[in-house]
Amino acid sequence: MAHELRGSAAVVGIGLTEFGELPGKNHLEVLAEASHYALADAGLGMQDVDGLFVSSMGRVFHPLHAAEYLGIQPSVIDGTNVGGSSFVNCVQSAAMAIKTGVCNVALIAYGSTSRSNRKRKFREGNPNAGAFHASEYQPRNPIISYAFAAARHMHEYGTTRENLAQVAVSTREWAMKNPRAEMRDPLSIEDVLGARMICDPLTLFDCCLVSDAGAAIVMVSAERAKDFPQKPAYLLGVGSATTHDQIAQMPDLTVTPASQSGPRAFAMAGLTPADIDVAEFYDAFTINTILFLEDLGFCKKGEGGAFVGDGNIGPGGSLPVNTNGGGLSCVHPGMYGMFVTIEAVEQLRGTCGERQIEGANIALANGNGGVLSSQVTAIYGSEAAL
Amino acid sequence: MTDTDAGPFAGIGPEQHFREGLEAGEYRLQFCDDCSKSIYYPRAVCNHCGSPNTSWRMASGKGVIYSTSVERTKPEAGGDKNIALIDLEEGGRLMSRVVDMEPGDVTIGMAVEAFIGEIDGTKLILFRKP
Repeated sequence: MAHELRGSAAVVGIGLTEFGELPGKNHLEVLAEASHYALADAGLGMQDVDGLFVSSMGRVFHPLHAAEYLGIQPSVIDGTNVGGSSFVNCVQSAAMAIKTGVCNVALIAYGSTSRSNRKRKFREGNPNAGAFHASEYQPRNPIISYAFAAARHMHEYGTTRENLAQVAVSTREWAMKNPRAEMRDPLSIEDVLGARMICDPLTLFDCCLVSDAGAAIVMVSAERAKDFPQKPAYLLGVGSATTHDQIAQMPDLTVTPASQSGPRAFAMAGLTPADIDVAEFYDAFTINTILFLEDLGFCKKGEGGAFVGDGNIGPGGSLPVNTNGGGLSCVHPGMYGMFVTIEAVEQLRGTCGERQIEGANIALANGNGGVLSSQVTAIYGSEAAL
Repeated sequence: MTDTDAGPFAGIGPEQHFREGLEAGEYRLQFCDDCSKSIYYPRAVCNHCGSPNTSWRMASGKGVIYSTSVERTKPEAGGDKNIALIDLEEGGRLMSRVVDMEPGDVTIGMAVEAFIGEIDGTKLILFRKP
């Protein structure tokens, strides 16, 4: 029997603010703007929202701030922070709340002014200062943690600097097809290898952007979804997993919790990696994409480098990955989880223009949190995939 | 519940015990009395089996580099620095820095030894080539 969450809820509204630098704006203004767009996209108003799912890098009472700011009094509210995967985690929580009737209209929303904060006295807190024990060594987190994973993957599997660079290049090729993407100039392997080294073996172009941006989605039950103006993206499967908080506690730097969250999501959906038409990964760093390709079952462990090296993930490749341009080239406001979801939904709607994957019916979105610490995998399908 | 009822949780916590060790020039390692595994970093319950029954031994200080990187930094800001993950001989892995050698010459699999050093006034475990 199919899992009771399978196909029980759908995304019926999405909203994005502009990306890049949003001078003179604060994070709640950006969050509210994205929420407004998402609700308008769904043909709903703010007062229809009775479930609010948010997450913030630095604010303890952020769910209350957001609810008060939006002027809503939701019957279910959740502000769990598991890093950038939080917003895919929110999708799981929202689906459960909708399925059990705790709420009818779930709003998942995020706003950040990460880039502008660099120029301001006021900051949203420094969540990357480091965790217990490791912080005393003043590591350049989170970059250093991903550098460790990349170095280890290269050591164990012979993955090369060129393989990592190819991820950045393929992702940029997608970004060049997305008018919203921040980085749209051509990028070569040589550009990536020759860029400033940040933490060996990662150069500047192995690292994601730092952006201001907001994003939001609206979810309702599958029964109601058909009555909304946009083509629904049904949640077919979702799975969450975590293995550690700080990098020194990660059991194996070459195996992420996506090796658990992926199978959970696929089992719920009744699908396999071969069924996925388009995949959106949280690519904070180039090594992420290689790790997730392996852990989610798109290739064998250790073969992710060769897989991307063959151009498989870029335009025209066998598995389109990060078709919006990803965190590497499109947008990255501190926590990117919402953006993997929105690009998956847009691909299923068929509204992606030049970067549209023809006939995309099933899309995977994988959220990454902390330093490969939390992975939440969601699989969406069009009505044909139900 | 009073302290006398606290059983294995009585008295100062493992974190404080570890830190007092550093101040006394000792690298103390915590082990589980029930599953015998090394617990790193120190915890109130064993992260392998959940047991609250733990005890302490002196670390051998011997370790092997599990992964390593160089944080590239301008000379005026302190210059390049090594940072690494080290697997301890007794089990357990920690983040630290390998010092007294070129930061880029540290390699995965290399043997290192621990010593008690200091960063910004905080005593901590650092590593160097034996």
